[in-house]
Amino acid sequence: MTSELIIEAVGLQKHFGATKALQGVDLAVRRGTVLGVLGPNGAGKTTAVRILSTLLTPDAGRATIAGYDVVRDAEKVRQKIGLTGQYASVDEDLTGRQNLELFGTLLELGRAGSRKRATELLEWFDLSDAANRVAKTYSGGMRRRLDLAASLVGSPDVIFLDEPTTGLDPSKREDMWDVVRQLVANGSTVLLTTQYLEEADALADEITVIDHGRVIAHDTPEGLKRVVGGLTLEVRPAEPGDLPRAAEILTKVSSGTKADEIRRGVLAVPVADDSAMTEAVSWLAAAKIPVTELSLHLPSLDEVFFTLTGPKSNTKKEEVAV
Amino acid sequence: MVSLAIAPGPRPLRLVRHSFALAKRSLIKTWRTPEALIDVTLQPVLFLVLFVYIFGGAISGNTHDYLQFLLPGILAQTIATGCISIGVNLNTDMEKGIFDRFRSLPIPRAAPLLGAVLGDIVRYVIVTAVTIGFGYILGFRVTTNFFEALAGCALAVLFALCLSWMPVFVGMKVRTPGAVQGMMFALILPLSFASSVFVSPTTLPGWMQAFVKVNPLTHLVGAMRGLFLGTPIGNHIWWTLAWCAGFVVVFMPLALRAYRKKV
Repeated sequence: MTSELIIEAVGLQKHFGATKALQGVDLAVRRGTVLGVLGPNGAGKTTAVRILSTLLTPDAGRATIAGYDVVRDAEKVRQKIGLTGQYASVDEDLTGRQNLELFGTLLELGRAGSRKRATELLEWFDLSDAANRVAKTYSGGMRRRLDLAASLVGSPDVIFLDEPTTGLDPSKREDMWDVVRQLVANGSTVLLTTQYLEEADALADEITVIDHGRVIAHDTPEGLKRVVGGLTLEVRPAEPGDLPRAAEILTKVSSGTKADEIRRGVLAVPVADDSAMTEAVSWLAAAKIPVTELSLHLPSLDEVFFTLTGPKSNTKKEEVAV
Repeated sequence: MVSLAIAPGPRPLRLVRHSFALAKRSLIKTWRTPEALIDVTLQPVLFLVLFVYIFGGAISGNTHDYLQFLLPGILAQTIATGCISIGVNLNTDMEKGIFDRFRSLPIPRAAPLLGAVLGDIVRYVIVTAVTIGFGYILGFRVTTNFFEALAGCALAVLFALCLSWMPVFVGMKVRTPGAVQGMMFALILPLSFASSVFVSPTTLPGWMQAFVKVNPLTHLVGAMRGLFLGTPIGNHIWWTLAWCAGFVVVFMPLALRAYRKKV
């Protein structure tokens, strides 16, 4: 049962005029898991989501949701899915409650059912106090939550989240992550697109990396990190004079790898996991080295792409330069 | 997770139910932005005052006779221009994410458009009430009876509902709300002036009379004058109904097709 593919796409292609948005993309998601689709702006992530959610038809290739073809059985697919796009897709002139009740009516929950479901979702997304306010007056974070709530009205099996945290501040991002985890705990399957390896790493069971409309990697977060490099610990000592001593400690934390000064006054070492953070803090404290900055990083999207497509994009840059 | 059973039910019934739910949505929006009603409230009032008191004496010898003649015309004209906003609104709506959501729901594809058209009934009822109400203040009087006048009003609202599929189609096809406005205005303006709205067509040159004779607004105005004032009604009602059917038969499928294709 766990290995059943609930989302399956094979060889998806889509052109918009001369732009090749997708050039043969395969995606597979097992029931009850999260697939992170990672890629930069314009990689084709949104196009893929729009095809899977029946908003676009592919030029070639096929895709099924719970066994239903997204083109031939679009109506069946729509009964299975919830979609939260990049742009808030709620009616700004309606209140939060009116929005949710409208979608309840459209999903045949009935008057009482719609009201009940709206109340549940408003509570879950911490919007009860704002329920009777027009969505126009909501903050960015509240709008996102209402948007996500709206896509959950019909309790869909499959949920598409297209860059759910883009533009949210870090604390709101964590809230959104918790919601995604709850959805999965409730048995839903989630396909989320993101530009952040960190987000995909935090949520996804598997990650598909796409670029220029092609899949360039598919792996578990662990597997992907093995390829692109894992965590980096960065430390900025308060006194530049402490740099050599701090470097020594960091080298110890990373069990041997020498710490590099990656920017003026900032040291970096690769580390195995986040326990290195606490270790570094206590050793630096013991050595009485005050620090102004201490952080743990996954490779940025740029670094991921550099590793995965490095040589190719280098040649491209040179061509441009010539 | 508890999957809520979605019972689809027979299609036509669902279409009606969903369209009404979406019509309610556009009513709420209208309610929240009353300034969007200016074209159906202030405009007929202004037109009545301006035309009756500027042209009344010159055209009919006195303002009261011209008011009697003009009011059904102004109603027809305002109803035609009042249709433009639905195209503009839908064009604006399509740019927002809300239509993506509608299209990802298991609802009949026609429902969002049908809902928008139905929701506008309220606007057309308002324009009819304002025009006749304000006309009464100026001295307009129905000379037939209540029921014939009511039939005249109903015909006007029906005409608006059918005509609005044209701006809906334009709204689906054209890229910006401004272009919808411009294009529809360029269509409606000649229709409303080259008709029997403002003057009796007998004074017009022959070639223009030929256009006036087939103009749907001429027939709507003729039918309303007959129903309000008892003037000879001829085939105006039938021609109006035929035009209504024509608008729906041509522009509804075109609008739905354009909607389906819209990325």
